[in-house]
Amino acid sequence: MFNASSIIVGLEIGTSKVCAVVGDLGADGALNIVGLGQARSRGVRKGEIADASAAEEDVRHAIVEAEQMADVEIRSVYLGVTGGHLRGFNNRGVHPVVSAEREISEDDVQDVIKNAKAINLPPQNHVIHAIRQHFLVDGQDGISNPVGMLGSRIEVDVHVVHGNLNRLQNAIRTVKGLQLEVDDIVFNGLASSLAVLTNEQKELGSLVIDIGGGTAEYVVYANGIIKHTGVLAVGGDHVSNDLAYGLKVSLSRAEQLKIEHGSSLLEEAVKGQTITISNEQCLPLRTVNLEHLRRIMSLRLEETFQLIGQDLEQAGVLDYLRAGVFLCGGGARIPQIAKLAEQVLGMPVSLGKTNSISGLKSALDQPEFVTAIGLVKFGSFQQRKRAAKSSLADGIKSTLGQFFRRA
Amino acid sequence: MITNAQNDPVVDTAKKSTSVKIFGVGGGGINVMELLLRESLPGVDFAAVNTDAQSLAASSATEKVHLETQPLRGLGTGGDPDRGRALAEEQLPKLRSLCEGAHAVFILAGLGGGAGTGISPVLAGAAKEAGALVLGFVTTPFDCEGGRRQRLAQYGLAELKAAADGVISLPNQKVFKMIDENTSVLETFKITNDLLAAGVRGVWRLLMQKGLIEIHFSDLAALLRDRHGESCFAAAEAMGPTRSREVMDKLLAHPMLDDGQMLGESDAVLVSLMAGPDLTMAEVNRVMEQINRQCEHAQVIMGAAIDEAFKDCLAVTLIATRKSSAPEPLGEAGAAGEGGDLAAQLLSQSSTARRGSRFLPPAPTLPPDQVQQLFARQGRGGSRPGKNLSKMRQGQLPLEIVSKGRFDKSQPTIHRGEDLDVPTYIRRGVALN
Repeated sequence: MFNASSIIVGLEIGTSKVCAVVGDLGADGALNIVGLGQARSRGVRKGEIADASAAEEDVRHAIVEAEQMADVEIRSVYLGVTGGHLRGFNNRGVHPVVSAEREISEDDVQDVIKNAKAINLPPQNHVIHAIRQHFLVDGQDGISNPVGMLGSRIEVDVHVVHGNLNRLQNAIRTVKGLQLEVDDIVFNGLASSLAVLTNEQKELGSLVIDIGGGTAEYVVYANGIIKHTGVLAVGGDHVSNDLAYGLKVSLSRAEQLKIEHGSSLLEEAVKGQTITISNEQCLPLRTVNLEHLRRIMSLRLEETFQLIGQDLEQAGVLDYLRAGVFLCGGGARIPQIAKLAEQVLGMPVSLGKTNSISGLKSALDQPEFVTAIGLVKFGSFQQRKRAAKSSLADGIKSTLGQFFRRA
Repeated sequence: MITNAQNDPVVDTAKKSTSVKIFGVGGGGINVMELLLRESLPGVDFAAVNTDAQSLAASSATEKVHLETQPLRGLGTGGDPDRGRALAEEQLPKLRSLCEGAHAVFILAGLGGGAGTGISPVLAGAAKEAGALVLGFVTTPFDCEGGRRQRLAQYGLAELKAAADGVISLPNQKVFKMIDENTSVLETFKITNDLLAAGVRGVWRLLMQKGLIEIHFSDLAALLRDRHGESCFAAAEAMGPTRSREVMDKLLAHPMLDDGQMLGESDAVLVSLMAGPDLTMAEVNRVMEQINRQCEHAQVIMGAAIDEAFKDCLAVTLIATRKSSAPEPLGEAGAAGEGGDLAAQLLSQSSTARRGSRFLPPAPTLPPDQVQQLFARQGRGGSRPGKNLSKMRQGQLPLEIVSKGRFDKSQPTIHRGEDLDVPTYIRRGVALN
């Protein structure tokens, strides 16, 4: 039915659910979501696989469901990765322009990018992304394409996201165990930001916080480039765990209470109110103080935003966020979370909506699926890049030529 | 300035004329007092108490008390706190009369020797009897001064804490961060003395000066009473339009605070701001906001005062105290081994020492005849029951059992030394009632 190469699948193995999204990249370059599969995740803690066989089974369920819905056979996926071990930092590469007329050539640009990507990391660390930021020519900032400009020194910043290789491999192995190819691994926060932000918002400067089950990822865009990324291994699971501990109920009960009665803010009105937990026969089992529930929850969420805020302040990017903050992930469903985030971070906060993608309306509206949709979007960019490369045969010829000239 | 405390009529009646008496006890205490003597602190009387006539003669305090020692011919206590204590107890009426009329008594002492360790608790008791509020400012010895002095200092500190309204202790060992290889011994002691003097000055300002935001003495005493194993001081001054920012930069860079780490670990922080009449609320706010951010877990007490002399200048003094990691020094548990056997330790172990733990072990059982024997032994050593009790308390590790539930087996999420898997409300100490 579809040309296989135009099918792009994003797979997110999350802490609370495994989610596969199938996208179809049309000939005109428009992305259309055609399938969605999901399964409750049992083998993942804090975004990382803790039980490989359970995780594998859940992935299979999600993939099969997505295949049935989209009526395609899935061969390869873009895999989302996260976890507390991921780190992001900025690195700068420098290259002198040596040509006689001081004109910056394509070669110079390639060289400076290569220099910037040469990063000293411990051998067990793997670079997931090295995303180019702006060029500097003779110290002049904010140049997006320096080819053809005059200068003696060209510099470029890259934003590097890296993580522990073994822990990344766990997720990849799980997928490969199902006879699926992994096209690429993508940092979940990056995928979410791709799905949520428009170009204008990236230009203005915005922060995307993806509050998942086990982790919270955040990405800062400013002037159209990624300025900062981070992962905090705190998520919805922590809220449930706090509730289970504080209210002395079982974890599943805490989860249920969180969904039914949870809120990010502690209002005056709930003081002294109680909730009655009843069993299957509708007989009351016990009562829980609603004020305590809200207080435990709001403290945890407040702290999460505070920690993110502190990190952004240290990175010095708080002042860039003119378009505000966008929340996504399952945590964005918590009532009044935007208001709490506004209080803590002191800037406008809204819930992120996926944009410029058409397709299944039900999938696109849910904050939980933002990451998986973003993975598909990431894949579509890669596909377009690949298509552009193959069409430019002479481009390859020239790079080969360069290779020989240098050798 | 002292306000509040309805239960304390002395304080209420004399608001403006609050008088503070600063006692330098022992050689170390007198040295610090001399520093304070040099600058004129209005409304402050100074008194020196020592067993060593020479050090007293060199002091320029208005009142001097020489506690005569027969065996050493006025040359000190020979490093024996018991001797110092006995001498002070002999002269108790004299000490009490010295304290009369003062509303607050500050006792400066270097613990670990004979005079400071022995006399200051007795003096604190005397001052209390005379109706004054008592604050102790003490140093504890360097580690290199040996275990015995350290043990004596801890013992003296415990005694002083029991007798005084509040004690601020500065471990000399902390000063090592502020000195380098070439610092002479003389300079090192000068630094510790300066620090302690700065602390006294800060507290004095807090209490005496006309305040924008006043601190009540009872708050201060409550803050200092049961907590703290150790304190640290930091003081900074800045001038000019950006003074509030500069002063915070200087303060946070202060070596005593370990790059602000000390603030994060502290339980109680006392902040004293001092500025000219041009102090703005925004500046106070800026300083306090930064401090509050640094010490989330601490109880912060702040006071702001105005002094005409401080035109265009802002001074901040900060005293951070934290619970000591080992509430009772292990040396004491070791010392108990000499006097009694394990059963004796168990018998005298007080239940209050076990606050942090959720699970109490079952009460120790002893055969009745052994109990009799133990009681008899305790009765024999009854001449100094206080000392015996403090010696026999058992050391305890600060263990807190919080189950991590779902995250028990996963790698903990440690963020700046905090385990984020533990519920936030527990880490922040929010009580659910």
